[in-house]
Amino acid sequence: MIGFTHYLILSTILFGIGMYGVISKRNAVAVLMSVEIMLNAVNINFIAISKFIRSETAIGQLFAIFVIVVAAAEVAVGLALIIAIYRQKKSVNLNDFNLLKW
Amino acid sequence: MNLNDAVFMLLALITIGSALGVVASKNIVHSALLLVVTFMGVAGLYFQMNAGFIGLVQILIYGGAISVLIIFAIMLVMDVEPEKTNLPSPSLARRMWGVYLVVLLIIALGASIWYTRWPLAISAAGTDELTALANLMLGKYVVAFEVAAILLLVAVVGAIILAKGADDK
Amino acid sequence: MQNILASSWVIPFLPFLAFALIGLFIHRWPKMSAAVSILAISTALVYSVLVAMAVFSKGAGVFEIAARWLNMPGLQVDMGLLIDPLTAVMLLVVTIVALLVQIYSIGYMHDDPGFASYFAYQSIFAGSMLGLVVSNNFGQIFVFWELVGLSSYLLIGFWFGRHSAREAAKKAFITNRIGDFGFLLGILFLQIIFGTLNFNDLSGAVASYSNTAVLITVSLLLLLGPVGKSAQFPLHVWLPDAMEGPTPVSALIHAATMVAAGVYLIARAFFIFNTSPETMMVIAVLGGFTALFAASIALVQNDIKRILAYSTLSQLGYMVMAMGVGAMTAGMFHLMTHAFFKSLLFLGAGSVIHALANEQDIWKMGGLHKKMPVTTWTFIIGALALSGIPPLSGFWSKDEILLGTFASGHIGLYILGSLVAFMTAFYMFRLIFVAFFGENQAGEHAHESPAVMTVPLIILAVLAVFAGFVGSPLMNYAFAHYITYPGAVHHTPSITIMLISSLLAISGIFLAWAVYQKKWLDYEKLKIKMGGLYLLLYNKYYIDEFYAWLIKHFIDGTARLMEWFDLKVVNGAVNGLAWLTGYLGLNLRYTEDGQVQTYAIYIYAGMVVLIISALCAVFTAIA
Repeated sequence: MIGFTHYLILSTILFGIGMYGVISKRNAVAVLMSVEIMLNAVNINFIAISKFIRSETAIGQLFAIFVIVVAAAEVAVGLALIIAIYRQKKSVNLNDFNLLKW
Repeated sequence: MNLNDAVFMLLALITIGSALGVVASKNIVHSALLLVVTFMGVAGLYFQMNAGFIGLVQILIYGGAISVLIIFAIMLVMDVEPEKTNLPSPSLARRMWGVYLVVLLIIALGASIWYTRWPLAISAAGTDELTALANLMLGKYVVAFEVAAILLLVAVVGAIILAKGADDK
Repeated sequence: MQNILASSWVIPFLPFLAFALIGLFIHRWPKMSAAVSILAISTALVYSVLVAMAVFSKGAGVFEIAARWLNMPGLQVDMGLLIDPLTAVMLLVVTIVALLVQIYSIGYMHDDPGFASYFAYQSIFAGSMLGLVVSNNFGQIFVFWELVGLSSYLLIGFWFGRHSAREAAKKAFITNRIGDFGFLLGILFLQIIFGTLNFNDLSGAVASYSNTAVLITVSLLLLLGPVGKSAQFPLHVWLPDAMEGPTPVSALIHAATMVAAGVYLIARAFFIFNTSPETMMVIAVLGGFTALFAASIALVQNDIKRILAYSTLSQLGYMVMAMGVGAMTAGMFHLMTHAFFKSLLFLGAGSVIHALANEQDIWKMGGLHKKMPVTTWTFIIGALALSGIPPLSGFWSKDEILLGTFASGHIGLYILGSLVAFMTAFYMFRLIFVAFFGENQAGEHAHESPAVMTVPLIILAVLAVFAGFVGSPLMNYAFAHYITYPGAVHHTPSITIMLISSLLAISGIFLAWAVYQKKWLDYEKLKIKMGGLYLLLYNKYYIDEFYAWLIKHFIDGTARLMEWFDLKVVNGAVNGLAWLTGYLGLNLRYTEDGQVQTYAIYIYAGMVVLIISALCAVFTAIA
């Protein structure tokens, strides 16, 4: 039987995959994509709780909507930043953006 | 194993599989496309959880807007052959740390999820969750709703400025 | 009568008021300042007479009044007055001598630019001393004790332009302070053990206290105060140097009153000292030793004031010795008579110094008896009193002391006291024969001092002659009737002792006459023959040099230690801290490698740690 915990574990795995992507990808856009995966995992969590724990209100779904809104805004700005940096450095390799090194 | 479970397994497999693909692929365009598949998988899961509206929003926004945005950005910054655009980090230490942390996280969270006694309270299917959502959004949380709108506006303006670059005129 | 006693706080208050007025407003008008000061002290004198009449009439007994000043749990301190016969006697002595000295000072300090501030200091001294004798508890007495020390400092260093005066004032204050340190420790012990500092309360509490070791410690600590203030060995070194001050100051403070404060304290706190025979022995031996020690130095001094200073030291030793053998009455009696004749001697010396334009070496004087008759004969009266020639006052008081030492079994101290009496007579008349008789070395301008200076001399001479009768058989030992303590033993007077002491005094005078007037022995040859001994005595047994060496090495050593500590430990800690910061910085900077993903790892690692620790906490709570 598929229950609440299965959804949570699914979201955990997805979150972990996204986390690995953030840590170990060279391309900045790829890191952004991994962040999107993490956000989606969190959303699954909210919706699952809304269905299984707090089913009398739709509060989980509301929160998920806000997360989507913020994610969208963040992707837009993030990509704009990458484009701006690319214009300067002609590269999207994260290893090259090390001006704050000691 | 009824239909519900089978659908869940299928959707889960699709989602996780494509997520793994996003992270593992060495071609950024492949990664982007697999990301779209991931989004669709997640939307499917939403539908399965009776959150129809959210599922639609997911498809629209993520699959429609964000994916396009990402692909556009990829096109703009691609300067080598696509095959080598999404390589993993050369530092083995980093990748090891990544794996290590992820595994730890999954185990820890998984343990806490498995051993928690959840106070489950499933409501009857078929309730009109859209109305409930609308009541919340435009009732109690209307301020957050408006702020979110403003956030989007600001993000759009900011993205335009950043992407356009500073003109010295 | 109660009203007089209850308002007797006026007695110390008036001179303080005079000090404040002179210091704040009147100092621009010197004559007015002197007038204010003298007015204050004479009013205090009148009041003291009234108080004395009240106390001595039909057994008014002891009067005490107090106001709570500090009220904390575990510590209550009062400000109060205690008027008993002891207080009354001290009040009379202090006010009489202070008044006479101030009148004398009008003439002596006549053309000194600091005339007004001199009288301000005289007033604050008088107020402090009077406050000291009317205090009813140790805390208050300590306050006035220190104030008296302050006044002494101000007056010794009055001519602060002189380096030697400044040094002497510092020396006086610091030596006093050393004694006061022990005194304060003793007071603190009293407060801790008995919870009160009030004299009456303490006398009851001490009587029923059985831990003798504690009592001995406390009384020895308390004793340090009088050792400093009354210049007993080894804290005697400041008194001879205090002669740097104006001579009236020496008369008032360093002969009659302040140095007697220590003796007064021993009398006041007698119930504490009396509890242990060990402490009493220490006091007696200390006093006796000081007496002999000082008298031996006085034999060879050439400065008139130095001779008198060492004489004071010696007589203070006598008083302390009397206290130590239990003859508290005799000690206080001698304090009173000594105040009169010693201040007379000092003022007489001042008269001579003033007339000879600040010459103080007796060998440069001579033949003064022709030019300054009043001074000469009053001086001789004072010297006779000091030497203990009957029927002058000094005879009665000194005799009581000798009787006390003999009758209480301290034969050694008796012999010592008699020896000192002989030496006292000898050196005093050495001074007289050299300075007042013989050939005139001083030149022609010696003249008798003005009346404002000679009249106090005459008054004091009268007191020196007659004041002793209150403690003599002729008035039925009236003094002893009032100034006594519970359990005092009154020794029957012994004609033998009186005869012996008188003979010793006369023979001392005769010897001095023989050597210095008739010159039957050549003292110059004697000086050379006694070479080493003479030098030892003349240089005050080199104690000052020893102290200087000690201080230098102690302070140097301590300073070196402190320097090491400051450089190595304190600086080391601070510098070490700085070094540590630098070291950590140098090594930790590598965590900032500019790579975003490294920072992401840090964040996620922290998050995972938190999750795992929360999990563990929950699991252990459940288990």
